[in-house]
Amino acid sequence: MTTLANIPQLLVYGIISGSIISLGGIGVSLTYSILGFSNFAHGDFMALGAYIALGLFTLFTGLGIPNVPFGPLSFGFGFALAFVLAIALTAIAVILIDRLLFRRLRRSGPIILMMSSIGVSLGLRNILQFFWSPQPHYYSQAIQPAVAIGILNVRIKPDEMFIIAIAIALVVLVHAFMRYTKMGKAMRAMADNATLAQVTGINTDRVIIWTWVIGAGLAATAGILAGIENKFITPQLGWQMLLSIFAGVVLGGIGNPYGAILGGMVIGISEEVSTAFISTGYKPAVAFVIMIIMLLVKPTGLLGRKD
Amino acid sequence: MEQFVGIMNYIVFFAITAGTYGILALGLNIQWGNTGLFNIGIAGFYALGAYTSALICGLPPSAWEGRTFGGFQLPFIVGLLGAAAVSGIVAIIVGAPTLRLRTDYLAIATIGIAETIRLVLNNESWLTNGVWGFQQIPSPLYKTIHGASSAYLNGHPNLPMWIHDLIARSYDWFYLALVLVVLFILYLIMERLVRSPWGRVIRAIREDEDATAMLGKHTFSYKMQALVLGAMIMGIGGSMYAHYARFISPVSFKPLYGTFIVWVMLILGGSGNNKGAILGSFAVWGIWAGTDFLTRYLPFSATQSASLRIILIAVLLEVILLWRPQGLLPPKKHLFTLK
Repeated sequence: MTTLANIPQLLVYGIISGSIISLGGIGVSLTYSILGFSNFAHGDFMALGAYIALGLFTLFTGLGIPNVPFGPLSFGFGFALAFVLAIALTAIAVILIDRLLFRRLRRSGPIILMMSSIGVSLGLRNILQFFWSPQPHYYSQAIQPAVAIGILNVRIKPDEMFIIAIAIALVVLVHAFMRYTKMGKAMRAMADNATLAQVTGINTDRVIIWTWVIGAGLAATAGILAGIENKFITPQLGWQMLLSIFAGVVLGGIGNPYGAILGGMVIGISEEVSTAFISTGYKPAVAFVIMIIMLLVKPTGLLGRKD
Repeated sequence: MEQFVGIMNYIVFFAITAGTYGILALGLNIQWGNTGLFNIGIAGFYALGAYTSALICGLPPSAWEGRTFGGFQLPFIVGLLGAAAVSGIVAIIVGAPTLRLRTDYLAIATIGIAETIRLVLNNESWLTNGVWGFQQIPSPLYKTIHGASSAYLNGHPNLPMWIHDLIARSYDWFYLALVLVVLFILYLIMERLVRSPWGRVIRAIREDEDATAMLGKHTFSYKMQALVLGAMIMGIGGSMYAHYARFISPVSFKPLYGTFIVWVMLILGGSGNNKGAILGSFAVWGIWAGTDFLTRYLPFSATQSASLRIILIAVLLEVILLWRPQGLLPPKKHLFTLK
């Protein structure tokens, strides 16, 4: 059967999209556990990062900064520089949004914050649409051949290997940060009990800033990686992935960043493998159904603790 | 006088749309305003109502349509009740796994169901005619009223042009009356409900669910009832929309028009206040229509103007949240005063 023969290839696609979903999910999970609300603007932070990278890359190309591809990859120094700067600028933009809105609304409670994040989501998406139009934009129009890796006819593009490698590297980095730095410890303390953390002298405002730096930085990375994988970006890029990201976060256990990684991977793989059996159009619905089943079986998620 | 007729026609169209939004806002008010349930999938229930009603009342599929099912040509009232029933049943499916958990889960699940419904509308052509949409949905009493006004106009050929034009549009006036009657009936029912013992329990849940549970109330079941009731009202809103527009397609139910704007309406009007929900619908729809005129004078393309208008609505939401979270008409603190 051709469908079954396709499954190893679909698994690889699933790991690629799962890597991107997981990077998005870590931020959602951190915001939930440290700031206490579900951030519906997270997908749009991804799109923001992707468009800042596009803007910088266009600027750099105009300035004559070279972009000779690194080996088999589709991009070179110019794009890599835009990538890194876009992560920083997205983090700054998100901190500004926090100062302007979320910080002032923190006392109003998690639901008002959630509502505000929906407004931010719609606003950001339309700001991107205003400046760049709803039409797709391209990082690179070059066609990159996929290479066989010699197992079960699976083929993968060098860019896709790069995506998986970046995702693994960032997950290790975030783990090390949370585990071994003082700020990481403070973040975990605040996630456990914000009031207690403040009483013990933790500067909660700095923890919040770091939460946004990590969350928004990973969101920007995920957005840019999605742009590299899809070959184009639109202002809808993040919003379209939001349901899968939330499904991954809930599946892994809301508020647990490791759960978000695991859940994101499971969602990414399930969505891709499902295309062997049902219409590709139903990918987000697959994520939704898995999430509902998880909520019925074990609402705390795969790695969740009891609340 | 020509201009007067143009304005009158616009006002009728405006009021029909705002009234339909008023129905959606009343539905959200029972869920969010009174019970504290965070539904951000209004568009899904709205679309379900519209398509259900179209399937029940519409024509059987024609040769060039992709759909092969539905079109039972039943009366409008059957479509309206069917719309409420189907939306209510889907609300049970969403509520069952999430209403015992923190409200965030309901929010995520409602986004999920709205998206899933949109995917089904796009992909299941046999049922919905896919992206081409459902066409020729009958409007209730259209033949009777339109026939009568045409007959009158034929019998009176010497009427002034503007009176002629107004009478020619008499069906729209009828539909406006129909929307307002439905809105008013729903308003009365909601007012009765929130003042009943049931209403006191759901508001108690909104204020403090744990305390309400401690008083021996089965909060899950009350929350489910409020969720289902609100979804049924949203289904009715969808039905009202479908029979006026006469054509529906998946793009009519995007999250912006279906969900977000309803939220802004309720929050601006005053969450927890039924009058506020209706006031907010007319106010926000007025702002939305007004920005349409404004952006015509700006040097932007049509898509840019559309984005700009949405940005304005998003800013409006944030401004309300920051400076007037209770809205224009806050809920009354005390529903009963002791004499």
